[in-house]
Order: sequence, then structure tokens, then C-alpha cells
Amino acid sequence: MRESTLWFWHLMAGIVIIFVLGIHIGVMHLDKIMQVIGIMSAGDVLSYAEVLARAKTIAYLVIYLLLMWFALYHGFYGLRSMILEISMSKTAQAVVNWVVFLFGFGLAIYGTYVIIIGYTMANA
Amino acid sequence: MKTVVQEKKTRPNRLGIGGWFYGGKYGAERYIFALHRLAGLGILLYFMIHIFIVGQKIHGKEAWDAAMSSVSGTWFHIGEYLVFAAIAFHGLNGIRLILAEFGLVLGKPKRPVYPYKTANMRIRVFTWSMMILAAVLMLVGGYDFFLMH
Repeated sequence: MRESTLWFWHLMAGIVIIFVLGIHIGVMHLDKIMQVIGIMSAGDVLSYAEVLARAKTIAYLVIYLLLMWFALYHGFYGLRSMILEISMSKTAQAVVNWVVFLFGFGLAIYGTYVIIIGYTMANA
Repeated sequence: MKTVVQEKKTRPNRLGIGGWFYGGKYGAERYIFALHRLAGLGILLYFMIHIFIVGQKIHGKEAWDAAMSSVSGTWFHIGEYLVFAAIAFHGLNGIRLILAEFGLVLGKPKRPVYPYKTANMRIRVFTWSMMILAAVLMLVGGYDFFLMH
């Protein structure tokens, strides 16, 4: 694939992540402030009951999948750019490309499996 | 006599790993860029571990509680806050970079007649606005992380 296409999707992924990770951080880490200003109801966001309650909804299924895929692409593309900045032979570049791709893709498969199993478990 | 100097077989302009951090006299933006990538690497490392820790949820309540207690305590809490701070910085600086990439906050292109402002200087007010916004987010986050939990 052309480098400019990969770079374009790196930026697009960045935009998606700003919105979706914003929600994720707001809910998971600024939860007490959200509770004070009345956006969230009181409770422990890390309790298993609440984890399942979130996993049950279609909205979170979509948010988790979008966040994971886009963040993995964005992160591993960024990592690859940094590694390739060190001058190296064409063969070494190909090795870096494949290792980064397989690592990211493997994580995406595992993450997708977890999110979908979590969704079906919570709805069982 | 040879008029063209043959290029050496070594790779030219090579900075190596030092090039990741060396910014010379390129100004604050060049160092913000280095910090942007460092923050990005930190977030990626956290994210990879995060996927496996959170993945424990499919093995039931005991596995989840065990995973959560394995990453609790003061040091993990401070580490989590550092990830939060890195995300605040990386995200807001990233918004600036994406806007600049599409030429949105650089002003109209002009003929570079001396003394002219470079793109970096034209975007500078916006750059520092984003940094201040990131600092505010870090303070708000710090309040939630350390005073409300």
C-alpha cells in the first residue's frame, strides 16, 4: 500500500481515537468528576458487575471495537515510522514491516475475540 | 579529472537513534514533537498490556478480580495517571498536528519576503494554547485521580 495512504489513515485513526478515547477516559478515569456533575451515576466502574453491564450494550461493543482497531493501527504505524527512521537495508525494512504488522494484527484478533466473547457472555 | 564527486557508499545524513531526540535549533515545536512520540510509545506499551489485563474479563469474576488486584496500589495508580497525562498531551498536540497537516491553522500562504514568519511561528499561539489546555486537563485529571479516589 502507498505510504501516503497509510499516513492518511494514521491521521483519520487519530481523529476517531480523540472522540472514542475521550469517552473511554471520561467514563473510566474521570468517573468521580462525571458523577459530581451528574453525567454518570454513582458506582465502581471497575467492579465486575459494571464491566458486564457495559459489555452488554451495543454502544460499548461498537466503541470498544472502534477504539481497539484504530488505536492499534495508529500506535503500530507510529512505532513503525520511528523504527524505519533509522537508516537500514531494504530487507531489514521488510522485516520491520512484517513484525510490526503481525504483532498488531495478533493483538487485534485477540482483542476482538475478548470483546465479542464479553458481549455474548454478558447477554447470555 | 573527475568533476562529480561520487557519493560514498555509507548512508548520508545519518543521525541514528540520537536523531529521535536531537532537535538542534529548530525551536520548541521540534522538542514537543520528540515528546509527542515518547508519549505515544508509552501509551502503546500501556495499551498492549491493557488488552491482556482487561481480556481477563472473559474468564469470570475471580479472574477479573485477580487481574484488578494485580495492578492496584499506589505505584500503579501513579503510573495510570502518567498514562492519562501522556494521552492528554499526545491528543491535544495531535489535534494541532492534524489541523496543521491540512493547512488549517497556518494562515494564508504568502510570499516569503524578509522579515517573514515561518509556519511554526504562525501556529505558535495555537501550539501554546493546546499545551495550556493539556496542562488544565492534567490538573483536572489529577484532582480526580488523587483527591477523589
